[in-house]
Amino acid sequence: MSFETAGYQLAPVVPELVLAVGSMALLMLGAYRGQGTTRAVTSLAVLLLIVVGVLEYLQPAGKQVTFGGSFIVDDFARFMKILALIGSAVTLLLSTEFLSDPSRRIFEYSILVLLSTLGMMVLISAGDLIMLYLGLELMSLALYVVAASNRDNAKSNEAGLKYFVLGALSSGMLLYGASLIYGFTGTVSFAGIAAAATTANVGLVFGLVFLLAGLCFKISAVPFHMWTPDVYEGAPTPVTAFFASAPKVAALAVFTRATLTAFPGIVPQWQQILVFVSIASMALGSFAAIGQTNIKRLMAYSSIGHMGFALVGLASGTVEGAQGVLMYIVIYVAMTLGSFSVILAMKRNGQAVEQISDFAGLSRTNPLLAFLFAMLLFSLAGIPPLAGFFAKWYVFVAAIKANLFTLAVIGVLTSVVGAYYYLAIVKTMYFDEPAGQVDPVRVEVRTVLAVAGLFNILFALFAGPVVSVASAAAKSLF
Amino acid sequence: MTTWPILSVTTFLPLVGALIVYLSRGDDEAAQRNSRWIALWTTLITFAVSLILVARFDSSTADFQFVEKANWLATGITYHMGVDGISLPFVILTTALMPFCIIASWKVTSRVREYMMAFLILETLMVGTFSAIDLVLFYLFFEGGLIPMFLIIGVWGGPRRVYASFKFFLYTLLGSVLMLLAIMALYWNGNTTDIPTLMHTAVPRSLQTWAWLAFFASFAVKMPMWPVHTWLPDAHVEAPTAGSVILAAILLKMGGYGFLRFSLPMFPLASHDFAPLIFTLSTIAIIYTSLVAMMQEDMKKLIAYSSVAHMGFVTMGIFAGTMQGVAGGVFQMISHGIVSGALFLCVGIVYDRMHTREIAAYGGLVNRMPLYAMTFMIFTMANVGLPGTSGFVGEFMTLLGTFKTSIPTAFFASTGVILSACYALWLYRKVVFGALVKPSLMTIKDLTFRECVTLFPLIALTILFGVYPKPVLDMSAASVQQLVNNYNTAVTAVKAAALLQ
Repeated sequence: MSFETAGYQLAPVVPELVLAVGSMALLMLGAYRGQGTTRAVTSLAVLLLIVVGVLEYLQPAGKQVTFGGSFIVDDFARFMKILALIGSAVTLLLSTEFLSDPSRRIFEYSILVLLSTLGMMVLISAGDLIMLYLGLELMSLALYVVAASNRDNAKSNEAGLKYFVLGALSSGMLLYGASLIYGFTGTVSFAGIAAAATTANVGLVFGLVFLLAGLCFKISAVPFHMWTPDVYEGAPTPVTAFFASAPKVAALAVFTRATLTAFPGIVPQWQQILVFVSIASMALGSFAAIGQTNIKRLMAYSSIGHMGFALVGLASGTVEGAQGVLMYIVIYVAMTLGSFSVILAMKRNGQAVEQISDFAGLSRTNPLLAFLFAMLLFSLAGIPPLAGFFAKWYVFVAAIKANLFTLAVIGVLTSVVGAYYYLAIVKTMYFDEPAGQVDPVRVEVRTVLAVAGLFNILFALFAGPVVSVASAAAKSLF
Repeated sequence: MTTWPILSVTTFLPLVGALIVYLSRGDDEAAQRNSRWIALWTTLITFAVSLILVARFDSSTADFQFVEKANWLATGITYHMGVDGISLPFVILTTALMPFCIIASWKVTSRVREYMMAFLILETLMVGTFSAIDLVLFYLFFEGGLIPMFLIIGVWGGPRRVYASFKFFLYTLLGSVLMLLAIMALYWNGNTTDIPTLMHTAVPRSLQTWAWLAFFASFAVKMPMWPVHTWLPDAHVEAPTAGSVILAAILLKMGGYGFLRFSLPMFPLASHDFAPLIFTLSTIAIIYTSLVAMMQEDMKKLIAYSSVAHMGFVTMGIFAGTMQGVAGGVFQMISHGIVSGALFLCVGIVYDRMHTREIAAYGGLVNRMPLYAMTFMIFTMANVGLPGTSGFVGEFMTLLGTFKTSIPTAFFASTGVILSACYALWLYRKVVFGALVKPSLMTIKDLTFRECVTLFPLIALTILFGVYPKPVLDMSAASVQQLVNNYNTAVTAVKAAALLQ
């Protein structure tokens, strides 16, 4: 390969460069000025993420490739990156209260979120297995530390450690799979693999399975979901909100890109894996959540289930399926950030309360909060006319077109089971006697909740434009 | 012609009312009064607007009227509203009954604002269900109605409200998600979810069968048909009075409306194939639930079971596929909407006074409540199907229509007429007649002015439609005629093809 300059333009990676340089600068600021700058660093980090998002938005339309094909910027990548950036920025906003506690004034927190976001952007744009691994590790290593950022809390430390150990295991599997794929196709680039992998041979399928296992771990799909409930429960709530949103976007994006662009020749091979993983995730997410009493644990199972639903779209392996995944993840991020802002708002006498029973009678003490949360829960259950219905519509409509009837039927049936535990929370808020007043909600949490809540309730009004954008982004993969 | 979107206005006016109720803050007592009045005026204005629909409706054509179309989801899924002779009666039924529900809820004191908002939002969703002519839009309204109804049962319901509301929600959802998959299959078959287009799109035989079953799963639960009716008695018993009225009068009709709008026109062959199944289930529903109704100790439960039996006549008539059967089905639904709604109001009236619905707790009410006894009797007779009341017309027409298609079904269903007399008269005798011996009943008061306002117009309608059913039948005639013709053409074509082979 010759190093011609045409293959190494920097224009497509300007947003990533800005983010990398910016986070280094903030690191310097924090390191030289000490912990007193936490607040300033956090605000600047949010600003930086917004700037990067705007830069990403301003990237020329169409497909750009750089670094010899390892870095791809197309409509799909821009869509997912902007979504991941929004997720990160919002979680930083939600973290301000957590960081304002004198014992937890750690400016590194924001830097780690920024670096993790940088990893996500690399991951989303990855055009070969090496870039994929680089992005994945940059994202994950920062996440491990963030999970344990509540240093004095044993649960938080346990969450970080557990996530690290299991994450390392999954990285190992992914690397092993990548090396097998390289060995059997002779290339690491997705386009090259697609050209070489026209028929399924055992070695290639073996590699594919390991690769998918590693990716499933990141989106917490069954059977690689074990870390999720513990980490969600143990990590500080803003961190959990972060885990549930932006990294899921990135992991699902690379999942989609890898399967659709690197293995279009052996669709039946990965389709059956995805069908299994999807059914298992939806079923476990629905049934296991029923017994939960802690809202964060419940959200963990809920997110496992939702990843199962998103994979329904991917399993169909079509443009419609990719569009379904995109729609799903947009709506999922909005619903998740909204729900976590409610969980963050649940404080009594300065103490965060996390049990579902603590929500009792919220509709009397705090009607608006209860109403928005109820709507988010109905939306998570997929009840129209809320946003969650449209998410499910687009993935299942793709599955039906691809003749995956069994998957679709099992999917909708598990969504009915899932509706049960969402309803149980609504019941607690609306039918039960109040459990006491809730502290006044901080302004940034209120803002996030209001935006997410309105997005969720009014989605039907502006669904058309979102669908068009998602459709264009999905087409750019094919 | 109309230049303003009259149908959308009818649909979304209650939603605007709900917003106004939300925005009207103030101290408790005044706010409660305000929200009641706002809700009442909203429903009255909505009703007035819907009367414009009636006035401008052209009953000589089977086409959709007042059509509004706008881009929505880009890919063959549009915001498409319109009514024809089959849906307009249901729209009017909804808008007409809502003011009565609001008046009947005048004495609700807990969380009045939320209560009124829930009902207004529910009205928007119900009217939308009947006037949407895009499948996705229809599903949006159809399924969205679960949320307010769930809250109405759960927040303002009786002691077992949690159980009843969950059962209602999950049962209905389970049926509906299967229909959702069928909607998706139809979408790929015709590349659109536009109902008028899909009515003229050929659906392959195998898809017809599966799609019919999936739609059946949803509508049979909603209707409800035996054996998936068990959520209804629970929901009825626990719901507040106005909730029961809405449930019986309108939400149940969505099932029958669905059969008329989707099953028969879109899957005529499957409908024909499965007609024996429907006949069997309807007959069982009519006889079995009538027998069950006789054994009830709770007034609301008795009426709930009688609803299941009466809906059996509707499904039977619809799938008879004859002009009389289908028109009778539509009429029976409208009539049942008025009569069962009124019966629940009657039960609500004594419940408000005595706080029990147990039949054994009453007796001899006629001595102290002559006006009530008269009202209750008229509705009981209408429920039985006495000639001269609207109940008779519906039952008679559905039986007549079915007789042409399946004599055994008509025969067994006819016994339901007798059985309904048994349980309804039994209830009436136990509650109203006999000696007034229970000390708690000695001071019970007759109907108040407010209660008269809710019941007397319904009496007028029951008798009017009983002796002069023409307005409803004329309104739906052209659409029903077209539906029956298309159905018979499709069925005959297949039979002829089978003969040729």
